[in-house]
Amino acid sequence: MIELANLSAHFGDAAALRDVTLTIQRGDQLGIVGESGSGKTLLALCLMGMASDSAHLTGRLSIDGRDMARASERDWQQLRSRRVAMVFQEPMAALNPLRRVGDTVMEPMLLHEGLSRGEARKRALSLFEEVGIPNPDQRLRQFPHEMSGGQRQRVLIALALACNPALLIADEPTTALDANVALRITDLLQRLAREREMALVFISHDLAAVARATDDIVVMYAGDMVERGPTAEVLNAPAHPYTKGLLGARPDPGVAVRDVKGKRRRLPTIPGAVPPLHALPQGCRFSGRCPVELPCCAAQRPVFSQTDQARGAACHLLTERRDD
Amino acid sequence: MTDAPLLEVRNLTRRYKLPRQSLLRAPPVLTALEGAAFSLCAGETLGVVGESGSGKSTLARLIMAFERPDEGEVLFQRRDLHGLSSGELRRLRRGFQMVFQDPFGSLNPRRRIGWSIAEPLRASGETEHLGYRVAEALTQVGLHSADAGKYPHEFSGGQRQRIAIARAIITRPALLVADEAVSALDVSIQAQILNLLMDLQDDLGLGMVFISHDLAVVGSVCDRVLVLQHGKTLESGAALDVLRAPKHPYTKTLLKAAGVRP
Repeated sequence: MIELANLSAHFGDAAALRDVTLTIQRGDQLGIVGESGSGKTLLALCLMGMASDSAHLTGRLSIDGRDMARASERDWQQLRSRRVAMVFQEPMAALNPLRRVGDTVMEPMLLHEGLSRGEARKRALSLFEEVGIPNPDQRLRQFPHEMSGGQRQRVLIALALACNPALLIADEPTTALDANVALRITDLLQRLAREREMALVFISHDLAAVARATDDIVVMYAGDMVERGPTAEVLNAPAHPYTKGLLGARPDPGVAVRDVKGKRRRLPTIPGAVPPLHALPQGCRFSGRCPVELPCCAAQRPVFSQTDQARGAACHLLTERRDD
Repeated sequence: MTDAPLLEVRNLTRRYKLPRQSLLRAPPVLTALEGAAFSLCAGETLGVVGESGSGKSTLARLIMAFERPDEGEVLFQRRDLHGLSSGELRRLRRGFQMVFQDPFGSLNPRRRIGWSIAEPLRASGETEHLGYRVAEALTQVGLHSADAGKYPHEFSGGQRQRIAIARAIITRPALLVADEAVSALDVSIQAQILNLLMDLQDDLGLGMVFISHDLAVVGSVCDRVLVLQHGKTLESGAALDVLRAPKHPYTKTLLKAAGVRP
Protein backbone atom coordinates (compact mmCIF):
# COMPACT_ATOMS: atom_id res chain seq x y z
CA MET A 1 0.00 0.00 0.00
CA ILE A 2 2.75 2.41 1.01
CA GLU A 3 6.27 2.00 -0.25
CA LEU A 4 9.27 4.11 0.66
CA ALA A 5 12.50 3.56 -1.24
CA ASN A 6 15.58 5.59 -0.31
CA LEU A 7 13.38 8.45 0.84
CA SER A 8 15.52 11.35 2.05
CA ALA A 9 14.59 14.81 3.27
CA HIS A 10 17.10 17.64 3.12
CA PHE A 11 17.03 21.01 4.81
CA GLY A 12 19.63 22.89 2.81
CA ASP A 13 22.66 20.61 2.78
CA ALA A 14 21.73 18.63 5.85
CA ALA A 15 19.89 15.34 5.44
CA ALA A 16 17.34 15.18 8.25
CA LEU A 17 16.09 11.89 6.86
CA ARG A 18 18.35 9.53 4.92
CA ASP A 19 17.42 6.66 2.62
CA VAL A 20 14.42 5.33 4.47
CA THR A 21 13.21 2.17 2.82
CA LEU A 22 10.14 0.35 4.05
CA THR A 23 6.74 -0.91 3.01
CA ILE A 24 3.48 -0.70 4.90
CA GLN A 25 0.68 -3.11 4.07
CA ARG A 26 -2.94 -3.11 5.09
CA GLY A 27 -3.22 -4.34 8.69
CA ASP A 28 0.44 -3.71 9.57
CA GLN A 29 1.13 -2.27 13.01
CA LEU A 30 4.46 -0.54 12.74
CA GLY A 31 6.27 1.28 15.53
CA ILE A 32 8.84 3.99 14.92
CA VAL A 33 11.10 4.77 17.89
CA GLY A 34 13.86 7.24 18.33
CA GLU A 35 14.94 10.13 20.50
CA SER A 36 14.37 13.77 19.66
CA GLY A 37 16.18 14.64 16.46
CA SER A 38 15.91 11.11 15.09
CA GLY A 39 13.61 12.15 12.25
CA LYS A 40 10.60 10.13 13.33
CA THR A 41 8.14 13.01 13.22
CA LEU A 42 9.59 14.23 9.91
CA LEU A 43 8.97 10.77 8.49
CA ALA A 44 5.35 10.98 9.62
CA LEU A 45 4.99 14.40 8.03
CA CYS A 46 6.41 12.99 4.77
CA LEU A 47 3.71 10.32 4.81
CA MET A 48 1.11 13.06 5.26
CA GLY A 49 2.57 15.25 2.51
CA MET A 50 3.25 17.96 5.06
CA ALA A 51 7.04 18.05 4.90
CA SER A 52 7.64 19.20 1.36
CA ASP A 53 7.15 22.93 2.08
CA SER A 54 10.36 23.23 4.03
CA ALA A 55 12.24 20.03 3.22
CA HIS A 56 13.52 18.83 -0.14
CA LEU A 57 12.45 15.23 -0.70
CA THR A 58 14.30 12.73 -2.85
CA GLY A 59 13.71 9.04 -3.43
CA ARG A 60 10.43 7.26 -3.79
CA LEU A 61 7.32 7.67 -1.65
CA SER A 62 4.51 5.78 -3.23
CA ILE A 63 0.99 5.51 -1.90
CA ASP A 64 -1.38 3.12 -3.69
CA GLY A 65 1.19 2.89 -6.47
CA ARG A 66 1.40 6.67 -7.05
CA ASP A 67 4.69 8.41 -6.44
CA MET A 68 3.94 11.25 -4.07
CA ALA A 69 7.47 12.48 -3.30
CA ARG A 70 7.04 15.46 -5.60
CA ALA A 71 3.24 15.58 -5.67
CA SER A 72 1.39 18.89 -5.47
CA GLU A 73 -0.62 20.03 -2.48
CA ARG A 74 -3.73 19.38 -4.55
CA ASP A 75 -2.82 15.73 -5.06
CA TRP A 76 -2.13 15.33 -1.36
CA GLN A 77 -5.52 16.75 -0.48
CA GLN A 78 -7.05 13.84 -2.37
CA LEU A 79 -5.23 11.39 -0.13
CA ARG A 80 -5.26 13.06 3.27
CA SER A 81 -7.99 11.94 5.60
CA ARG A 82 -9.28 9.41 3.05
CA ARG A 83 -6.12 7.29 2.64
CA VAL A 84 -3.75 8.57 5.32
CA ALA A 85 -4.69 10.38 8.51
CA MET A 86 -2.75 11.46 11.56
CA VAL A 87 -3.25 11.78 15.30
CA PHE A 88 -1.01 14.52 16.65
CA GLN A 89 0.80 14.67 19.94
CA GLU A 90 -0.76 17.71 21.57
CA PRO A 91 -4.53 17.24 21.62
CA MET A 92 -5.04 20.76 22.95
CA ALA A 93 -2.97 22.34 20.18
CA ALA A 94 -4.44 20.18 17.42
CA LEU A 95 -8.05 21.11 18.15
CA ASN A 96 -9.48 24.54 17.39
CA PRO A 97 -10.41 25.94 20.82
CA LEU A 98 -13.18 28.11 19.36
CA ARG A 99 -15.05 25.30 17.61
CA ARG A 100 -17.25 22.61 19.04
CA VAL A 101 -15.46 19.27 18.73
CA GLY A 102 -18.38 17.86 16.75
CA ASP A 103 -17.91 20.48 14.02
CA THR A 104 -14.19 19.75 13.89
CA VAL A 105 -14.79 16.01 13.49
CA MET A 106 -17.46 16.58 10.81
CA GLU A 107 -15.33 18.94 8.73
CA PRO A 108 -13.36 16.35 6.70
CA MET A 109 -16.60 14.46 5.92
CA LEU A 110 -18.22 17.61 4.54
CA LEU A 111 -15.06 18.63 2.72
CA HIS A 112 -13.82 15.36 1.26
CA GLU A 113 -16.92 13.25 0.91
CA GLY A 114 -19.59 15.90 0.39
CA LEU A 115 -21.84 14.47 3.10
CA SER A 116 -24.78 16.52 4.29
CA ARG A 117 -24.58 17.90 7.83
CA GLY A 118 -27.13 15.36 9.01
CA GLU A 119 -25.19 12.41 7.57
CA ALA A 120 -21.93 13.76 8.94
CA ARG A 121 -23.45 14.18 12.39
CA LYS A 122 -24.66 10.59 12.34
CA ARG A 123 -21.22 9.33 11.42
CA ALA A 124 -19.55 11.55 14.04
CA LEU A 125 -21.89 10.07 16.67
CA SER A 126 -20.98 6.52 15.77
CA LEU A 127 -17.27 7.43 15.66
CA PHE A 128 -17.48 8.90 19.16
CA GLU A 129 -19.05 5.66 20.32
CA GLU A 130 -16.39 3.62 18.55
CA VAL A 131 -13.54 5.51 20.24
CA GLY A 132 -15.21 5.22 23.64
CA ILE A 133 -16.54 8.70 24.36
CA PRO A 134 -19.57 8.41 26.65
CA ASN A 135 -22.69 10.56 25.98
CA PRO A 136 -21.59 11.30 22.39
CA ASP A 137 -24.71 13.37 21.75
CA GLN A 138 -23.73 15.86 24.42
CA ARG A 139 -19.99 15.63 23.80
CA LEU A 140 -20.33 16.66 20.14
CA ARG A 141 -21.51 20.07 21.30
CA GLN A 142 -18.64 20.64 23.73
CA PHE A 143 -15.52 22.71 23.30
CA PRO A 144 -12.02 21.20 23.71
CA HIS A 145 -11.42 22.91 27.07
CA GLU A 146 -14.45 21.15 28.53
CA MET A 147 -12.82 17.75 28.05
CA SER A 148 -10.01 15.86 29.78
CA GLY A 149 -6.74 15.10 28.02
CA GLY A 150 -7.73 11.50 27.36
CA GLN A 151 -11.11 12.53 25.96
CA ARG A 152 -9.45 15.10 23.69
CA GLN A 153 -7.09 12.44 22.39
CA ARG A 154 -10.14 10.26 21.64
CA VAL A 155 -11.72 13.17 19.74
CA LEU A 156 -8.54 13.47 17.68
CA ILE A 157 -8.67 9.77 16.91
CA ALA A 158 -12.30 10.10 15.84
CA LEU A 159 -11.28 13.04 13.65
CA ALA A 160 -8.52 10.99 12.03
CA LEU A 161 -10.98 8.16 11.37
CA ALA A 162 -13.63 10.49 9.93
CA CYS A 163 -13.06 9.48 6.30
CA ASN A 164 -12.09 5.87 6.90
CA PRO A 165 -8.34 6.07 6.19
CA ALA A 166 -6.32 3.03 5.18
CA LEU A 167 -3.35 4.22 7.24
CA LEU A 168 -3.48 5.90 10.62
CA ILE A 169 -0.32 7.64 11.83
CA ALA A 170 -0.15 8.35 15.55
CA ASP A 171 2.69 10.68 16.55
CA GLU A 172 3.44 10.35 20.27
CA PRO A 173 -0.27 9.84 20.95
CA THR A 174 0.22 8.95 24.61
CA THR A 175 3.16 11.14 25.63
CA ALA A 176 1.08 13.88 27.23
CA LEU A 177 -1.19 11.43 29.07
CA ASP A 178 -1.15 9.70 32.46
CA ALA A 179 -0.15 6.04 32.59
CA ASN A 180 -3.69 4.73 33.03
CA VAL A 181 -5.11 6.78 30.18
CA ALA A 182 -2.08 6.12 27.98
CA LEU A 183 -2.59 2.36 28.30
CA ARG A 184 -6.23 2.70 27.29
CA ILE A 185 -5.45 4.92 24.29
CA THR A 186 -2.78 2.49 23.10
CA ASP A 187 -5.21 -0.41 23.38
CA LEU A 188 -7.87 1.61 21.58
CA LEU A 189 -5.56 2.37 18.63
CA GLN A 190 -4.62 -1.27 18.37
CA ARG A 191 -8.22 -2.45 18.50
CA LEU A 192 -9.31 0.10 15.88
CA ALA A 193 -6.50 -0.93 13.55
CA ARG A 194 -7.50 -4.58 13.88
CA GLU A 195 -11.24 -4.08 13.53
CA ARG A 196 -10.98 -1.71 10.59
CA GLU A 197 -8.12 -3.65 8.93
CA MET A 198 -6.28 -0.39 8.86
CA ALA A 199 -2.49 0.04 8.93
CA LEU A 200 -1.15 1.77 12.04
CA VAL A 201 2.12 3.67 12.33
CA PHE A 202 2.81 4.32 16.00
CA ILE A 203 5.56 6.85 16.62
CA SER A 204 7.02 7.24 20.09
CA HIS A 205 10.17 7.75 22.10
CA ASP A 206 8.63 5.37 24.65
CA LEU A 207 9.83 1.82 24.06
CA ALA A 208 7.25 0.43 26.45
CA ALA A 209 4.37 1.95 24.50
CA VAL A 210 5.74 0.78 21.16
CA ALA A 211 6.35 -2.70 22.55
CA ARG A 212 2.71 -2.92 23.52
CA ALA A 213 1.17 -1.43 20.40
CA THR A 214 3.07 -2.84 17.45
CA ASP A 215 4.13 -6.01 15.61
CA ASP A 216 7.10 -4.49 13.80
CA ILE A 217 9.49 -1.76 14.77
CA VAL A 218 11.82 0.70 13.05
CA VAL A 219 14.54 2.32 15.16
CA MET A 220 15.68 5.72 13.95
CA TYR A 221 18.80 7.63 14.90
CA ALA A 222 19.72 11.10 13.61
CA GLY A 223 17.67 10.63 10.43
CA ASP A 224 18.88 7.11 9.67
CA MET A 225 16.93 3.90 9.93
CA VAL A 226 19.33 1.89 12.09
CA GLU A 227 17.30 -1.23 12.79
CA ARG A 228 14.10 -2.89 11.69
CA GLY A 229 12.31 -6.12 12.52
CA PRO A 230 9.53 -7.79 14.52
CA THR A 231 9.05 -5.75 17.71
CA ALA A 232 9.46 -8.60 20.18
CA GLU A 233 12.61 -9.90 18.45
CA VAL A 234 14.26 -6.51 18.20
CA LEU A 235 13.55 -5.65 21.83
CA ASN A 236 14.65 -9.05 23.12
CA ALA A 237 17.78 -9.31 20.99
CA PRO A 238 18.72 -5.93 19.53
CA ALA A 239 21.30 -6.03 16.73
CA HIS A 240 22.36 -2.39 16.50
CA PRO A 241 24.51 -0.87 19.27
CA TYR A 242 22.15 2.11 19.45
CA THR A 243 19.10 -0.08 20.02
CA LYS A 244 21.08 -1.95 22.67
CA GLY A 245 22.08 1.30 24.32
CA LEU A 246 18.53 2.61 24.27
CA LEU A 247 17.18 -0.55 25.88
CA GLY A 248 19.97 -0.64 28.44
CA ALA A 249 19.49 2.98 29.47
CA ARG A 250 15.86 2.28 30.22
CA PRO A 251 15.66 1.48 33.95
CA ASP A 252 14.61 -2.08 34.74
CA PRO A 253 12.07 -2.11 37.59
CA GLY A 254 13.13 -5.58 38.71
CA VAL A 255 16.71 -4.71 39.67
CA ALA A 256 17.64 -3.65 43.22
CA VAL A 257 18.79 -0.04 43.61
CA ARG A 258 21.83 -0.95 45.66
CA ASP A 259 24.37 -3.72 45.17
CA VAL A 260 25.48 -6.11 47.94
CA LYS A 261 27.84 -3.49 49.35
CA GLY A 262 24.98 -1.02 49.69
CA LYS A 263 26.21 1.19 46.86
CA ARG A 264 23.70 2.54 44.39
CA ARG A 265 23.94 0.89 40.99
CA ARG A 266 24.51 3.23 38.07
CA LEU A 267 22.46 2.92 34.92
CA PRO A 268 24.18 2.02 31.66
CA THR A 269 24.27 5.13 29.48
CA ILE A 270 24.93 6.20 25.93
CA PRO A 271 27.57 8.93 26.27
CA GLY A 272 26.99 12.33 24.68
CA ALA A 273 23.84 13.49 22.93
CA VAL A 274 22.23 13.23 19.48
CA PRO A 275 24.34 15.56 17.29
CA PRO A 276 22.60 18.60 15.81
CA LEU A 277 21.75 18.59 12.11
CA HIS A 278 24.66 20.84 11.17
CA ALA A 279 27.27 18.74 12.96
CA LEU A 280 26.46 15.18 11.96
CA PRO A 281 29.39 12.74 11.74
CA GLN A 282 30.63 11.83 8.26
CA GLY A 283 30.21 8.06 8.32
CA CYS A 284 27.90 6.24 10.70
CA ARG A 285 25.89 8.90 12.51
CA PHE A 286 26.17 6.95 15.75
CA SER A 287 29.97 7.05 15.63
CA GLY A 288 31.47 8.98 18.49
CA ARG A 289 28.81 7.64 20.86
CA CYS A 290 29.07 3.99 19.92
CA PRO A 291 30.68 1.64 22.47
CA VAL A 292 31.91 -0.88 19.87
CA GLU A 293 33.20 1.44 17.17
CA LEU A 294 35.41 0.06 14.40
CA PRO A 295 38.10 2.10 12.59
CA CYS A 296 35.91 2.41 9.49
CA CYS A 297 32.84 3.74 11.33
CA ALA A 298 33.74 7.42 11.49
CA ALA A 299 34.47 7.74 7.77
CA GLN A 300 32.29 5.18 6.08
CA ARG A 301 28.55 4.95 6.21
CA PRO A 302 27.18 1.48 6.99
CA VAL A 303 24.70 -0.01 4.54
CA PHE A 304 21.37 -1.21 5.80
CA SER A 305 21.48 -4.96 5.37
CA GLN A 306 19.10 -7.79 6.14
CA THR A 307 20.23 -10.13 8.89
CA ASP A 308 17.42 -12.52 8.14
CA GLN A 309 14.20 -12.32 6.20
CA ALA A 310 12.38 -10.07 8.62
CA ARG A 311 15.23 -8.22 10.29
CA GLY A 312 17.90 -5.79 9.29
CA ALA A 313 20.26 -3.16 10.66
CA ALA A 314 22.73 -0.57 9.48
CA CYS A 315 25.97 -1.33 11.26
CA HIS A 316 29.52 -2.17 10.14
CA LEU A 317 29.74 -4.82 12.85
CA LEU A 318 27.07 -6.91 11.15
CA THR A 319 28.66 -6.78 7.68
CA GLU A 320 32.15 -7.37 9.16
CA ARG A 321 30.98 -10.51 10.86
CA ARG A 322 29.47 -11.88 7.69
CA ASP A 323 32.69 -11.33 5.75
CA ASP A 324 34.64 -13.51 8.18
CA MET B 1 23.19 7.38 58.24
CA THR B 2 22.46 9.43 61.33
CA ASP B 3 19.83 8.56 63.90
CA ALA B 4 17.66 11.64 63.60
CA PRO B 5 15.91 11.82 60.24
CA LEU B 6 16.88 14.65 57.93
CA LEU B 7 13.29 15.23 56.94
CA GLU B 8 10.14 14.18 58.69
CA VAL B 9 6.71 14.72 57.23
CA ARG B 10 3.81 14.20 59.62
CA ASN B 11 0.16 13.89 58.64
CA LEU B 12 0.47 16.48 55.89
CA THR B 13 -2.84 17.68 54.45
CA ARG B 14 -3.52 20.45 51.96
CA ARG B 15 -6.93 21.55 50.72
CA TYR B 16 -7.66 24.01 47.95
CA LYS B 17 -10.87 26.00 47.62
CA LEU B 18 -12.41 25.62 44.18
CA PRO B 19 -14.39 28.36 42.44
CA ARG B 20 -17.77 28.98 44.07
CA GLN B 21 -20.62 27.22 42.23
CA SER B 22 -23.37 29.24 43.87
CA LEU B 23 -23.48 32.41 45.91
CA LEU B 24 -25.41 30.73 48.68
CA ARG B 25 -23.24 27.69 49.16
CA ALA B 26 -19.71 27.39 50.48
CA PRO B 27 -17.16 26.85 47.69
CA PRO B 28 -16.27 23.20 47.06
CA VAL B 29 -12.97 22.01 48.48
CA LEU B 30 -10.38 19.82 46.78
CA THR B 31 -8.19 17.79 49.10
CA ALA B 32 -4.95 17.73 47.13
CA LEU B 33 -2.99 15.86 49.79
CA GLU B 34 -4.29 13.92 52.75
CA GLY B 35 -2.31 12.66 55.72
CA ALA B 36 1.02 12.13 53.95
CA ALA B 37 3.70 10.90 56.33
CA PHE B 38 7.27 9.66 55.93
CA SER B 39 10.78 10.26 57.16
CA LEU B 40 14.00 10.48 55.22
CA CYS B 41 17.61 10.08 56.39
CA ALA B 42 20.72 11.66 54.93
CA GLY B 43 21.95 9.82 51.84
CA GLU B 44 18.60 8.17 51.35
CA THR B 45 16.17 8.58 48.45
CA LEU B 46 12.42 8.47 48.72
CA GLY B 47 10.46 8.13 45.50
CA VAL B 48 7.01 9.68 45.23
CA VAL B 49 4.99 8.19 42.38
CA GLY B 50 1.65 9.28 41.03
CA GLU B 51 -0.05 10.87 38.07
CA SER B 52 -1.28 14.39 37.51
CA GLY B 53 -3.67 15.27 40.31
CA SER B 54 -2.18 12.74 42.70
CA GLY B 55 -0.79 15.45 44.99
CA LYS B 56 2.89 14.78 44.37
CA SER B 57 3.71 18.35 43.34
CA THR B 58 1.64 19.69 46.24
CA LEU B 59 3.80 17.55 48.52
CA ALA B 60 6.92 19.04 46.94
CA ARG B 61 5.68 22.60 47.44
CA LEU B 62 4.84 21.90 51.09
CA ILE B 63 8.26 20.37 51.77
CA MET B 64 9.90 23.36 50.08
CA ALA B 65 7.69 25.65 52.21
CA PHE B 66 6.39 27.41 49.11
CA GLU B 67 2.96 27.11 50.67
CA ARG B 68 1.45 26.19 54.02
CA PRO B 69 -0.32 22.95 54.88
CA ASP B 70 -3.81 22.89 56.40
CA GLU B 71 -2.72 20.19 58.79
CA GLY B 72 0.50 18.46 59.67
CA GLU B 73 4.17 19.35 59.95
CA VAL B 74 7.32 19.35 57.87
CA LEU B 75 10.35 18.88 60.10
CA PHE B 76 13.66 19.61 58.41
CA GLN B 77 16.60 18.83 60.69
CA ARG B 78 14.04 18.70 63.51
CA ARG B 79 12.69 22.20 62.92
CA ASP B 80 9.12 22.73 61.77
CA LEU B 81 9.42 24.72 58.55
CA HIS B 82 5.91 26.07 58.77
CA GLY B 83 6.40 27.37 62.30
CA LEU B 84 9.43 29.54 61.49
CA SER B 85 9.57 33.28 60.91
CA SER B 86 10.22 34.31 57.33
CA GLY B 87 13.77 35.39 58.21
CA GLU B 88 14.58 32.08 59.86
CA LEU B 89 13.06 30.22 56.93
CA ARG B 90 15.15 32.20 54.46
CA ARG B 91 18.34 31.33 56.31
CA LEU B 92 17.35 27.67 56.53
CA ARG B 93 16.44 27.48 52.82
CA ARG B 94 19.98 26.92 51.68
CA GLY B 95 19.69 23.51 53.36
CA PHE B 96 16.95 22.27 51.04
CA GLN B 97 16.76 22.96 47.34
CA MET B 98 14.62 21.91 44.42
CA VAL B 99 15.23 20.73 40.85
CA PHE B 100 12.30 21.51 38.59
CA GLN B 101 11.00 19.55 35.62
CA ASP B 102 11.35 22.03 32.83
CA PRO B 103 14.90 23.26 32.31
CA PHE B 104 13.63 25.56 29.55
CA GLY B 105 11.17 27.33 31.79
CA SER B 106 13.25 27.52 34.93
CA LEU B 107 16.29 29.31 33.52
CA ASN B 108 16.12 32.99 32.60
CA PRO B 109 16.83 33.05 28.84
CA ARG B 110 18.32 36.56 28.99
CA ARG B 111 20.81 35.91 31.77
CA ARG B 112 24.10 34.07 31.56
CA ILE B 113 23.76 30.74 33.33
CA GLY B 114 26.39 31.71 35.89
CA TRP B 115 24.01 34.39 37.10
CA SER B 116 21.11 31.94 37.34
CA ILE B 117 23.19 29.36 39.17
CA ALA B 118 24.33 31.92 41.77
CA GLU B 119 20.76 33.09 42.44
CA PRO B 120 20.10 30.84 45.49
CA LEU B 121 23.32 32.13 47.07
CA ARG B 122 22.30 35.75 46.58
CA ALA B 123 18.83 34.95 47.89
CA SER B 124 20.30 33.55 51.10
CA GLY B 125 22.43 36.66 51.55
CA GLU B 126 25.81 35.36 50.43
CA THR B 127 27.81 37.75 48.30
CA GLU B 128 31.38 36.47 48.49
CA HIS B 129 33.20 34.09 46.15
CA LEU B 130 30.13 33.70 43.94
CA GLY B 131 32.25 33.07 40.84
CA TYR B 132 34.27 30.39 42.57
CA ARG B 133 31.15 28.68 43.92
CA VAL B 134 29.50 28.72 40.48
CA ALA B 135 32.60 27.15 38.91
CA GLU B 136 32.64 24.49 41.61
CA ALA B 137 28.95 23.64 41.08
CA LEU B 138 29.38 23.48 37.30
CA THR B 139 32.27 21.03 37.64
CA GLN B 140 30.28 18.91 40.06
CA VAL B 141 27.53 18.41 37.48
CA GLY B 142 29.97 17.57 34.68
CA LEU B 143 30.07 20.93 32.90
CA HIS B 144 33.00 23.35 32.50
CA SER B 145 33.54 26.38 34.68
CA ALA B 146 33.80 28.47 31.49
CA ASP B 147 30.18 27.57 30.68
CA ALA B 148 29.08 30.14 33.28
CA GLY B 149 29.36 32.86 30.63
CA LYS B 150 26.98 31.21 28.19
CA TYR B 151 23.22 31.60 27.73
CA PRO B 152 20.64 28.80 28.23
CA HIS B 153 19.93 28.46 24.49
CA GLU B 154 23.52 27.41 23.89
CA PHE B 155 22.92 24.16 25.78
CA SER B 156 21.09 20.93 24.97
CA GLY B 157 18.17 19.71 27.09
CA GLY B 158 20.36 17.36 29.12
CA GLN B 159 22.95 20.08 29.76
CA ARG B 160 20.21 22.47 30.84
CA GLN B 161 19.02 19.95 33.39
CA ARG B 162 22.63 19.74 34.65
CA ILE B 163 22.57 23.52 35.04
CA ALA B 164 19.33 23.27 37.02
CA ILE B 165 21.01 20.73 39.29
CA ALA B 166 24.09 22.94 39.68
CA ARG B 167 21.80 25.72 40.84
CA ALA B 168 20.19 23.42 43.39
CA ILE B 169 23.46 22.16 44.91
CA ILE B 170 25.33 25.48 44.99
CA THR B 171 24.11 26.25 48.51
CA ARG B 172 25.49 22.85 49.62
CA PRO B 173 22.08 21.61 50.73
CA ALA B 174 21.37 18.51 52.79
CA LEU B 175 18.11 17.78 50.99
CA LEU B 176 17.19 17.84 47.31
CA VAL B 177 13.60 17.75 46.07
CA ALA B 178 13.50 16.68 42.42
CA ASP B 179 10.07 17.13 40.80
CA GLU B 180 9.91 15.20 37.51
CA ALA B 181 13.55 16.16 37.01
CA VAL B 182 14.14 13.74 34.13
CA SER B 183 10.67 13.47 32.59
CA ALA B 184 11.32 15.86 29.73
CA LEU B 185 14.55 14.13 28.68
CA ASP B 186 15.27 11.46 26.10
CA VAL B 187 15.96 7.98 27.44
CA SER B 188 19.73 8.04 26.92
CA ILE B 189 20.06 11.49 28.51
CA GLN B 190 17.71 10.52 31.32
CA ALA B 191 20.09 7.75 32.41
CA GLN B 192 23.01 10.21 32.44
CA ILE B 193 21.12 12.64 34.69
CA LEU B 194 19.93 9.87 37.04
CA ASN B 195 23.54 8.70 37.40
CA LEU B 196 24.62 12.26 38.10
CA LEU B 197 22.04 12.58 40.87
CA MET B 198 23.29 9.33 42.40
CA ASP B 199 26.93 10.50 42.15
CA LEU B 200 26.05 13.73 43.92
CA GLN B 201 24.22 11.85 46.63
CA ASP B 202 27.23 9.62 47.25
CA ASP B 203 29.66 12.56 47.23
CA LEU B 204 27.61 15.03 49.25
CA GLY B 205 25.47 12.70 51.35
CA LEU B 206 22.28 14.32 50.08
CA GLY B 207 18.87 13.11 51.09
CA MET B 208 16.52 13.22 48.13
CA VAL B 209 12.78 13.28 47.54
CA PHE B 210 12.42 12.10 43.94
CA ILE B 211 9.04 12.76 42.39
CA SER B 212 8.02 11.06 39.14
CA HIS B 213 5.13 9.49 37.29
CA ASP B 214 7.47 6.81 35.95
CA LEU B 215 7.74 3.84 38.28
CA ALA B 216 10.70 2.35 36.40
CA VAL B 217 12.74 5.53 36.88
CA VAL B 218 11.79 5.72 40.55
CA GLY B 219 12.76 2.07 41.00
CA SER B 220 16.22 2.72 39.61
CA VAL B 221 17.23 5.47 42.06
CA CYS B 222 15.05 5.19 45.17
CA ASP B 223 15.42 3.23 48.38
CA ARG B 224 11.80 3.62 49.32
CA VAL B 225 8.64 4.45 47.41
CA LEU B 226 5.40 6.23 48.24
CA VAL B 227 2.52 5.75 45.79
CA LEU B 228 -0.04 8.57 45.72
CA GLN B 229 -3.43 8.74 44.06
CA HIS B 230 -5.92 11.59 44.50
CA GLY B 231 -3.86 12.86 47.43
CA LYS B 232 -4.02 9.61 49.39
CA THR B 233 -1.10 7.31 50.10
CA LEU B 234 -1.96 3.96 48.51
CA GLU B 235 1.12 2.09 49.53
CA SER B 236 4.66 2.68 50.67
CA GLY B 237 7.69 0.56 51.39
CA ALA B 238 11.08 -0.55 50.16
CA ALA B 239 11.33 0.17 46.42
CA LEU B 240 12.12 -3.39 45.46
CA ASP B 241 9.18 -4.79 47.46
CA VAL B 242 6.72 -2.37 45.91
CA LEU B 243 8.04 -2.99 42.39
CA ARG B 244 8.25 -6.76 42.68
CA ALA B 245 5.01 -7.29 44.54
CA PRO B 246 2.73 -4.27 44.24
CA LYS B 247 -0.27 -4.54 46.55
CA HIS B 248 -2.54 -1.97 45.00
CA PRO B 249 -4.06 -2.43 41.51
CA TYR B 250 -3.15 1.17 40.69
CA THR B 251 0.52 0.46 41.36
CA LYS B 252 0.23 -2.53 39.03
CA THR B 253 -1.10 -0.26 36.29
CA LEU B 254 1.81 2.13 36.77
CA LEU B 255 4.19 -0.81 36.59
CA LYS B 256 2.54 -2.10 33.43
CA ALA B 257 2.90 1.32 31.82
CA ALA B 258 6.60 1.36 32.71
CA GLY B 259 7.48 -2.13 31.45
CA VAL B 260 9.55 -2.48 28.31
CA ARG B 261 9.30 -6.13 27.39
CA PRO B 262 5.83 -7.33 26.41
